[in-house]
Amino acid sequence: MDGNLYDEFGNYIGPDIDSDIDSADEVEDENLQDKHLEENGLHARDSSYFLGWEEYEKNPYDEIKNPNGMIQMGLAENQLCFDLIESWLTKNPDAASLKRNGQSIFRELALFQDYHGMPEFKKAMAEFMEEIRGNRVTFDPKKIVLAAGSTSANETLMFCLAEPGDAFLLPTPYYPGFDRDLKWRTGAEIVPIHCSSSNGFQITESALQQAYQQAQKLDLKVKGVLVTNPSNPLGTALTRRELNLLVDFITSKNIHLISDEIYSGTMFGFEQFISVMDVLKDKKLEDTEVSKRVHVVYSLSKDLGLPGFRVGAIYSNDEMIVSAATKMSSFGLVSSQTQYLLSALLSDKKFTSQYLEENQKRLKSRQRRLVSGLESAGITCLRSNAGLFCWVDMRHLLDTNTFEAELDLWKKIVYNVKLNISPGSSCHCTEPGWFRVCFANMSEDTLDLALKRLKTFVESTDCGRMISRSSHERLKSLRKKTVSNWVFRVSWTDRVPDER
Amino acid sequence: MVLLSRKATCNSHGQDSSYFLGWEEYEKNPYDIIKNPQGIIQMGLAENQLCFDLLESWLAQNTDVACFKRAGQSIFRELALFQDYHGLSSFKNALADFMSENRGNRVSFDSNNLVLTAGATSANETLMFCLADPGDAFLLPTPYYPGFDRDLKWRTGVEIVPIQCSSTNGFCITKLALEEAYEQAKKLNLNVKGILITNPSNPLGTTTTQTELNILFDFITKNKNIHLVSDEIYSGTTFNSSEFVSVVMEILKNNQLENTDVLNRVHVVYSLSKDLGLPGFRVGAIYSNDKDVISAATKMSSFGLVSSQTQYLLASLLSDKKFTKNYLRENQKRLKNRQRKLVLGLEAIGIKCLKSNAGLFCWVDMRPLLSSKTFEAEMDLWKKIVYEVKLNISPGSSCHCEEPGWFRVCFANMSEETLKLALKRLKKFVDGGNTKRSCQKSESQKLKGLRKKTMSNVSNWVFRLSLHDREAEER
Repeated sequence: MDGNLYDEFGNYIGPDIDSDIDSADEVEDENLQDKHLEENGLHARDSSYFLGWEEYEKNPYDEIKNPNGMIQMGLAENQLCFDLIESWLTKNPDAASLKRNGQSIFRELALFQDYHGMPEFKKAMAEFMEEIRGNRVTFDPKKIVLAAGSTSANETLMFCLAEPGDAFLLPTPYYPGFDRDLKWRTGAEIVPIHCSSSNGFQITESALQQAYQQAQKLDLKVKGVLVTNPSNPLGTALTRRELNLLVDFITSKNIHLISDEIYSGTMFGFEQFISVMDVLKDKKLEDTEVSKRVHVVYSLSKDLGLPGFRVGAIYSNDEMIVSAATKMSSFGLVSSQTQYLLSALLSDKKFTSQYLEENQKRLKSRQRRLVSGLESAGITCLRSNAGLFCWVDMRHLLDTNTFEAELDLWKKIVYNVKLNISPGSSCHCTEPGWFRVCFANMSEDTLDLALKRLKTFVESTDCGRMISRSSHERLKSLRKKTVSNWVFRVSWTDRVPDER
Repeated sequence: MVLLSRKATCNSHGQDSSYFLGWEEYEKNPYDIIKNPQGIIQMGLAENQLCFDLLESWLAQNTDVACFKRAGQSIFRELALFQDYHGLSSFKNALADFMSENRGNRVSFDSNNLVLTAGATSANETLMFCLADPGDAFLLPTPYYPGFDRDLKWRTGVEIVPIQCSSTNGFCITKLALEEAYEQAKKLNLNVKGILITNPSNPLGTTTTQTELNILFDFITKNKNIHLVSDEIYSGTTFNSSEFVSVVMEILKNNQLENTDVLNRVHVVYSLSKDLGLPGFRVGAIYSNDKDVISAATKMSSFGLVSSQTQYLLASLLSDKKFTKNYLRENQKRLKNRQRKLVLGLEAIGIKCLKSNAGLFCWVDMRPLLSSKTFEAEMDLWKKIVYEVKLNISPGSSCHCEEPGWFRVCFANMSEETLKLALKRLKKFVDGGNTKRSCQKSESQKLKGLRKKTMSNVSNWVFRLSLHDREAEER
């Protein structure tokens, strides 16, 4: 169990690229570097991906205090609608003050640790989930199990459904945190369902079958499929065709389907969000044995922008799973203080309907701004209709069609353009050149600035791929200060053959 | 094909024991002074309800904090987004200070060595994941908190091997018992990874003695692969602070230990659920000097972070030193007072307790009331107390006690009047002189009905246990 493969935001930071080139030069440096690395809590295996994060922490952009700093575009946060929540809090002071109708209910909340969760809160969650799905499907509060975030919910589901060594199939690219959440302590394995840009990264039947066979080749028992819908990092909702495919697949293989719908409330496209629950209903599979093998994971971290409050949920039609997961939730219950606040917030239907509408509107507007800004720099994105990020196609900016080139481009964007974005390789994408770029965790002005910087960079690269001398110097001093040997080896090999 | 994991379908979460059945009965018929005065009085819940007034009064004087404000400004955004698994530093600092205060400031805690978790439940499980592999074992002195069977073993695959303690010496850990447990583990082919104690003890209500600490430290000094985990969740419930010796204080006493690897193998678990009476807020912590443990546990805490809303509120509360000083003192006073009421009340009935100096419960000696020195008799007595006397107390067997006849009785989760009533009922029962007879027929019928009703809910394991006991009379 390597504890250093993930940063604090669940981003996979372990090495994915086979580019550790052995060189005599580096041996002495390594001893010094090891000490340096240890001081910074790093180990030799930490990838440069983590360093991008570090760079941001050292030099974070601030409109006034640090206008040349690094802009964070690697964090999938929703910061667009806090004003709506804050305004609600001002109008409803009781909820946060641990009061009900002006009376203190502090004692009651302080003592409430029932792992069945607060009934009012589960009811409000169920109704909110229904509202997000246009009230086309119903969620029974009794089938909801609360968890401390979807991180906890996903791990708990794995503990319930898989033995160590069992596998779940996941379409690539996928959220890097799954490597930790699904595998680390559970001993479960992930086998990728390879998706490609040739059809917009949609899941195909052949890809599903291939993944299943691959698992069998590896002697792994497949327990189910896990999808994120809408997808992280693609920002697209699964099509009805894909959903039907998935349900048919798990029916024929007699396995589970987990649909992590954490981004369900961020759908802003013209299309409606189709949940796996919609498909069960449309195929008349409700109350059948298959429906017992379909589970939904949810959280308020993205739709409501409340990752700090640790609110997640598992929804399952299987009583045994609800029962086992409920007991397991003891290891990650939601604070009663938070359950109470959010049950009041989500029970206010006037608020929820206004919020969902406004949230969608603002996300759509923001996404368009990013998309058109990228377009004017000659960069296209995967056409998206949800999420807090775009899946950006920078293949044309790669030196070569390799992951080494992708990492090289990424480093330039981090150190030269001063934007922290996520390289596709960290999401297990099988094609180099794709990047996830977040748009909802900053102000409009900051987004515009980021786009401006990027445009400048692209235009400069078009004129020549070598970096200017001043950048060389900067990189050289950077090397001494911050970068690990590993990064250094790659960057020097690629960028500065002449300086050797 | 089996579609669920073994973890989901097995019973090693331990929640099907009779301990939880008494719970069920209480839920069906809970005592209420007005609405249900004949109901079951809950004495199986180790909650601290004695000092809420102090907390509520602080909240009333510091209204900004709950409303996400700092110096009059809203920091809602900042808190809503704060999910750093390193925790809110203002909260960790305040918590570290509070832990020091709990130990008379004789030791200081470095907040960098603190990992926040969603309750001690999460802390204990996380520590197991960090220190042990599936099939490894931890040695635990009996009797111990029933929840450990779930928290330490269920998902981790770790085993518990008991260190058998007996009433002959007040259930203290002896060198012999410790070595026997270690040998037993070896016989079972289990790799012993550590010892876990609860100090002060649940269910005994006693602080770990200096002799016991010496034995434990000698053992882990000698056996260099063994960890010592001290769950000090009840540290603030010691009636006299000077009597509580935390393992971290013990290390300090011995200069040699501080510089050896022993320091890195001693870990403390804490929580605000008992001292502050806030189990609903899910606040726990792991304290360790081992950087690798801290690093791994920090990342694992992703699976059970403390709500930032709660961290902020409690950071303010615990940073208020005037408040914490007064609270700790008042809490101790009230707990001591309440414990005495229970002890004296039981004495008046002719029932003795283990002499205790901490905790939210007493370890009550009901061996004289048993019809025979067996666990069956203990179960029988327990059922009478639940169904006839209408008190939910915890039978020693649920805590893995080696001797039948001991019960854990809580005193801090009810009003003084309710405690008096409970004692009155118990007196009537004992004075009635029928404590050793078998359960009355009407009760059997009730139990039979219960059996049919609960069949769908409880697993086979529970059913077998309870049925075996009841069928004996019905024959």
